[in-house]
Amino acid sequence: MIRRFISVLVMAALLVTPSYAEELLPDIPKATGEPHPEGNEYWRINHPTLLRHDRDLTVIDGIRDVNASLAQCVACHAVKGPDSAPVTYESPEYFCRVCHDFAAVQINCFECHKSVPDGAELTGLLPLSRQDEMATLQAYIDGAGQ
Amino acid sequence: MTMPASEKGAEISRRDFLKSGAALASVTLAPGVTLMAFGGNASADGLKPGARWGLLIDAAKCPSDCSACVSACSAEQGWENNGLDTDPQWIRKVTLRDKKTGRENSLPVMCQHCDEPPCVDVCPTGASFKREDGIVLVNRHTCIGCRYCMMACPFKARSFVHEPVTNQKTISPRGMGTVEGCNLCVHKIDRGDGTTACVEACTATGHNAMMFGDLNDPESEIAKAVSTYASQELRADLGLNLGVRYQNI
Repeated sequence: MIRRFISVLVMAALLVTPSYAEELLPDIPKATGEPHPEGNEYWRINHPTLLRHDRDLTVIDGIRDVNASLAQCVACHAVKGPDSAPVTYESPEYFCRVCHDFAAVQINCFECHKSVPDGAELTGLLPLSRQDEMATLQAYIDGAGQ
Repeated sequence: MTMPASEKGAEISRRDFLKSGAALASVTLAPGVTLMAFGGNASADGLKPGARWGLLIDAAKCPSDCSACVSACSAEQGWENNGLDTDPQWIRKVTLRDKKTGRENSLPVMCQHCDEPPCVDVCPTGASFKREDGIVLVNRHTCIGCRYCMMACPFKARSFVHEPVTNQKTISPRGMGTVEGCNLCVHKIDRGDGTTACVEACTATGHNAMMFGDLNDPESEIAKAVSTYASQELRADLGLNLGVRYQNI
């Protein structure tokens, strides 16, 4: 019920004139990667349901190739900080927090889940589209350390 | 009729679920009351149906000064043990000593992945559960941190996370207020690696004391080994039918 109320609130907020909207609405950071085929509105409203459903598929049935996995969200939506490394959930700039702080809805996903993409220690050096080169770089660094 | 947004979401995810290949049977008992049964082969990309993953550990090949399996587990899963009583310990080296003869044995002990796990019996929320392929796991989404499972486990295989955790591994989420333990590298199994971090590390050291495989598959190396050579369970008297078996202890 509360969630629906918030959705209505967000929708209502979207209808106000652009000049007001700019001041009222959170500035949602742009993601990399392909846009969601269902559309952003659909995901903004339904992401909790989708994530909750798919987490059970993964944990209980071992199906890891799911449509909505938190790791995928993090990989595309990661926001880069001033040092061009992805910011963690600690930062108010974090993509979940931008809206969740605005709507005052607390989430605890990142008490357990990693909030930055894998290899984030190095991602500052490369754009997300060239992430596959990370493994090569990492291997080079590991090799040099030995 | 337009569908409310939340139901539309449920429909899409349900379709995804069916697409994943799991058989779903539902019986309508009364209007609004539906009995749903999930059964059959779970999925092509999910767990292997009918499998029973296990380990075979040869204590004779495990030197007392080696702890490669422990470090490998720690690195793979992202836990750290600095020697405090409250630090997590998914796997540890244990030394057994025969009091009469003085013979000492060193072996790694982790979650034994019981067929009849006491931790599952005692869990009040169903968070401690056994996957269909025999892996005993904690579903941290439902774990309330009561630690009954830690009390019930005869092998002291589970730990409680006391402190906030940061910089976890993506493949191994873990956090304060929940119980954790060896998950038999479930992410690697689901990926089809066919091994675990500890076994990989043991093989890399050249000791070859650990073997991983499907105990239910008669063609697998581990099934052949246990059917040929003597092996035993820890605390076999408890009749838990463990997935981890030991040789030469």
